[in-house]
This record gives sequence, C-alpha cells and structure tokens, in this order.
Amino acid sequence: MSAVIDIAVEIASWALLSLGALFCVVGGVGLVRFPGFYARVHAAGITDTLGAGLLLGGLMLQGGFTQVTVKLAIVLAFLLLTSPTATHALVKAAYGHDVRLDLEVPSRPLEPGEDPWAGSPPPTAGGGATLVD
Amino acid sequence: MFYVAAAGVLVTMVLALVRALRGPTVFDRLLAANIFGTNTVLLIAVSGFLVGRPEWLDLAILYTLVNFTGTIAVCRFARFGTLAETGSHRGAE
Repeated sequence: MSAVIDIAVEIASWALLSLGALFCVVGGVGLVRFPGFYARVHAAGITDTLGAGLLLGGLMLQGGFTQVTVKLAIVLAFLLLTSPTATHALVKAAYGHDVRLDLEVPSRPLEPGEDPWAGSPPPTAGGGATLVD
Repeated sequence: MFYVAAAGVLVTMVLALVRALRGPTVFDRLLAANIFGTNTVLLIAVSGFLVGRPEWLDLAILYTLVNFTGTIAVCRFARFGTLAETGSHRGAE
C-alpha cells in the first residue's frame, strides 16, 4: 500500500514540477513578447505566482515531512508576500514617471486573422494615448 | 525530473535577460531583474534537490529577501531621487 502511495506522490510531484517549469517559461516568453510595460508586468506575474508556487509545491512533495518542506514553505511564503509588493511598487514608480498605457486596440470584434495590435504604436514607453491624466 | 524544472527555470532566466537588455524603460529592466531574482530562488531550490543537498534552501530564503529589498530600493530611488530621505513625497504622485 505504501508503495502505491509513494508512486502517487512521485507522479504528482513530477506533474507539479513540469507544470511549474512550463508556466515559468510562459511568463518569460510573455515578458519578451508583450507590447507595453504593463502587459509585461502581467506576464511576469505568471512566473511569480503559478511558476514559483507549482515548482516549490512539487519540491515539497519530494521533501516529505521533513525540515526541508518547512524551509520550502518559508520560501514560498516570502515569495508570495514580496512579489506582489515589489510589483506594486514598481508599477507605481513607473506610473509616476509617466509610463502610460499606449495600446490602441479596436473596440469592435476582431476579424479572423486580424492583427489586434495593427493600429498600435510600436511598443515603447511614454507618449501615445494617455489613459488617465 | 529535476532537470526539466531546472531547464525551464534557466530558459526563463535567459528570456528575462533578453528583456533586461532590450527593455526600453528602466522599469522594464527592473521588472526583468525582479523576475531574474525570483528564478534564481527557484533555481537554487531545484538544484539543491538535483545534487542531493537540500540545505541550500537557506540560501534561497536569503535570496528572496535580498531580491525584494533590491527592487524596493531601486523603485524608491526612481521615485524620490535619493535613498536617504524619509517620507517627503516630492517625487511623482
């Protein structure tokens, strides 16, 4: 019976680690490809929350009921506390320095195959349409 | 399986470096540095299991706190122009 439980834990741990690595890469790709600063912040959040959470969760299953799991939980708790705080401070500093949301996405439904960013200025910071003054 | 996780984390670190080199504003670079720090923590944790020395997690805890402190410090510097003052919102608001 305990062998079955061991195998189940191993499979769950493998799934969590793979999913965590996948979400990390997804966040990284979004960080490179998204236009505009605030969209990139959105992509970075995936790495911070899902990627880190799933990876550390998978490692916790590997650690079992030991001190290692406690340390992993501490790391996860610190990450979940500090990442949103750092992102908040970062976005607030960027907004204070006139980095504006400069996307002009059409408000009608998109045609099939239409590029949603066609009318947008090139992805730079500042300038562009001002969302809030 | 630890190799898969380590590879994913390393790829993300490379992508964060690409954004740090390309990013038009300083805040893009700062965001990339933040993500790089988070991935450093994850890489230390995974590689500790990879080589069978999970006690490296102490370093991961330390890196979490240092990463947070660094990001907040640079944000504060970008906002107030100095790290020495307290309280006075003479920067943006």
